Amino acid sequence: MAKYNITVNGKKRQVEADSDTPLLWVLRDNLHLYGTKYGCGIAECGACTIHYNGNPMRACTMTVGSVGEAAITTIEGLSENTNHPVLQAWREHDVPQCGYCQAGQIMTAAALLAETPNPDDDEIEAAMYTNICRCGTYNKIMAAVKTAASMK
Amino acid sequence: MDNNRRNFIKITATVGGGLMLGFSWLKPSGEKGGTDLHTDFIELNGYLKIAPDGKVTIQSPNPEVGQNVKTSMPMIVAEELGVNWKDVIVEQAPLNTAVFKRQVAGGSQSIRQTWTTLRTAGATARHLLIEAAAKQWGVSPSECSASESTVRHTSGKTASYGSLATLAATLTPPEPEQVKLKDPSEFTLIGTSQINVDMEDILTGKPIFGMDQHRPGMMYSTALRPPAFGQKLKSFDDRAARAVNGVQQVFRFANDKVAVVATSTWAAIKGKKALQAIWEDDGTLESTASQNEAMRKKLDEPAAQPKRSDGDVKAAFAAAEKVIERVYEAPFLPHNPMEPGNFFAHVTADKVELSGPAQAPERFRKEVADLLKRDESTISIGLTRMGGGFGRRLRGDFVLEAAEISSIAQAPVLHVYTREDDMTAGIYRPACQYKFRAAIKGGRMTGYHLTGAGMNMDNTVRENYFPAGAIEHCLIESHNIPSKVTIGPWRAPVTNFLATAEQSFLDEVAEALGQDAVQFRLDLYERARTNPVGKFDYDVEKSVGVIKLAAEKANWGAPKAIGATGTHQGFSAYYSHNSYVAEVAELQNTGRKTVVKKVICAVDCGIVINPIAAINQAEGGVVDGIGHAMYGDFDFVDGKPQQDNFDTFRLVRMGEQPAVEVHFVKSNNDPTGLGEPTLPPAGGAVANAFYRATGQRIYVQPFVKGVKGLG
Ligand code: FES
Ligand code: FES
Repeated sequence: MAKYNITVNGKKRQVEADSDTPLLWVLRDNLHLYGTKYGCGIAECGACTIHYNGNPMRACTMTVGSVGEAAITTIEGLSENTNHPVLQAWREHDVPQCGYCQAGQIMTAAALLAETPNPDDDEIEAAMYTNICRCGTYNKIMAAVKTAASMK
Repeated sequence: MDNNRRNFIKITATVGGGLMLGFSWLKPSGEKGGTDLHTDFIELNGYLKIAPDGKVTIQSPNPEVGQNVKTSMPMIVAEELGVNWKDVIVEQAPLNTAVFKRQVAGGSQSIRQTWTTLRTAGATARHLLIEAAAKQWGVSPSECSASESTVRHTSGKTASYGSLATLAATLTPPEPEQVKLKDPSEFTLIGTSQINVDMEDILTGKPIFGMDQHRPGMMYSTALRPPAFGQKLKSFDDRAARAVNGVQQVFRFANDKVAVVATSTWAAIKGKKALQAIWEDDGTLESTASQNEAMRKKLDEPAAQPKRSDGDVKAAFAAAEKVIERVYEAPFLPHNPMEPGNFFAHVTADKVELSGPAQAPERFRKEVADLLKRDESTISIGLTRMGGGFGRRLRGDFVLEAAEISSIAQAPVLHVYTREDDMTAGIYRPACQYKFRAAIKGGRMTGYHLTGAGMNMDNTVRENYFPAGAIEHCLIESHNIPSKVTIGPWRAPVTNFLATAEQSFLDEVAEALGQDAVQFRLDLYERARTNPVGKFDYDVEKSVGVIKLAAEKANWGAPKAIGATGTHQGFSAYYSHNSYVAEVAELQNTGRKTVVKKVICAVDCGIVINPIAAINQAEGGVVDGIGHAMYGDFDFVDGKPQQDNFDTFRLVRMGEQPAVEVHFVKSNNDPTGLGEPTLPPAGGAVANAFYRATGQRIYVQPFVKGVKGLG
């Protein structure tokens, strides 16, 4: 085991883990930040999406040893007052069903809008294609991303 | 005094004042079990509490898998109680069968079965609050009314629920028949859209799921299971596993499994991967090809005992001018809830604490009691929000594994399945095949013969569903083929594929008769109305209602632009879980591909409690149905699943889903299921539209495997 200093949601955190431990499990087991979800472990479902210097990345295939100085943001740190346009839009459209995939969906959507403030349907589809929702909330997600874009 | 009835409701004061009202949902009288109500109120876990500050806490008894019961069921209580929804706090109740009736999430029955119960709970509390106000004011209760968290007297005097709660707690509960339920026309909360009560927790990543549980001293465990159905564990080498940092214990359990107990999830996963196991079998492992062949053979054999037999099918087919015969097939399917199987267990000498995502906690407790040889009363089950279920969590394998591992390891454990475990450990929608035959004579279908064959399926058919009842000569048979592959209920059991096959077949029959697909169905229902044959489960009126509504909303039959980018419609209708659904799918040729653009869906599920959530459910069912119909493929070679994660098992993704337009039939009938009924008709609607778009009929699920050009 080794000690790593990583920056999560604006705070420096020291964690002890093997270097090959995925950031996902460090966030969950070491830091008790349970918002980032495990769905597949192979970067196929998007449930574990976090922001790595603002870019949406899969925490399940990113080792803690590779995080370095990067600023990591999780769903818990997305919006201090929980008023991020994406969160507001998610409420408005009552998007979640079981809710399990939603943190990942929200993180992907927030990163998309930061990069492309007014995405068209194709851009939304392309960005959100990486995030599976087993409950099938895709139409709600599409509508909510558009609402969030219009709020900015 | 009628002890049963007296115990039907329990009223008590709560610490710090206020009213707590608990119910025993065993029948108040006349039924066995009614005398079993000696339980102390402390154990009763009431449905609702009213605090002196006016806050109302309602416990939602049914496990939440995303079907919105945690919001919708308390809405029913709140409606009859006459409380402002913003004053309501909703809690998930732990397993407590002494209080809650049918604590199971499955079969789309949660709301249907507890509807009256929940209403009575709310109305009883309202009755007590009115009595309390009347007593306080020295007036007759009949001069008082209650709504919006307030009791009003005809004189204009008012009192808040909070201010009355403590006094109400001292009153004698009314007899159930004294409690007046609202007429649906008086509803003010039911029928309004309320967002998911767990919304904020979901949006901010709070630890509300089973996987998010954590206790001091807790270990994480994984299990290695036989990779193929029918294999057994011969021996294993755990040296490499034990060398993994954080791995604490490795042991064999449940005959053929190996547990790895570690200080972190990652160590438990890594340790499991490092295990070297040798498996053995008796040489009779099954593969998809052999299973399909076995089913196909059975379709040509008569069953020992038909499920249904009306008239003389043999004669009808002998006299037919034309016979249409088609065979349909579908594979096993994993459930793949987004949250994989997991459960917390802490087994100590005197008690067993369990907690996690469970669709049937009551049965799981019994199974754990049997396994560990404990008394059920020493076992508690806490319920977490579930990251989807689709029927998977109606089977308790993950609960039993957790309990056994904790018991052997002598430690509290969070037992987790990886996605690969979740997809390969078993419990699938069974593979099945159907052969349909229709006898045509004099421009109508005079005979109908359905034979189903399924792997480990007790019954592959729904013998009392349409078109049974509408055809003079009808024979329905089913074959069960035993298999080593474990199966279980999967969203809309049986009908999830039966409906696709049947609705596709009826489309072909209508075409052969030169009739419109909708009119053909309406004519059949007319026959069931005027000339009913035998017994059947569906209501003709409601069936016709949704068919007409869907056809009207979709502008069925109106000429659409045709050609390369034309829209092509397909129709399908199905009754299941006491609800009626008709769907029109619209497909578009984009040039290279034919894609599903839109589904118009008409639903009769009685009173709609929470429209926004109901639309979510209906839409989710359609997207799920189409996604699995089009892409869901799962096969076995020598007993081993060939797909084990989302790189090889394709789920529907963003952009592949159709737009869904949901129309509910206005109704004052008691609510019926909604978690499942929109799924069965979806596949058939798409298959029928695909035929109109391309001339290709679909007989095999997944659709993308059997035909070309489907998006
Ligand atoms: S858990 Fe990381 S992408 Fe699925
Ligand atoms: S809301 Fe259940 S998986 Fe997306």
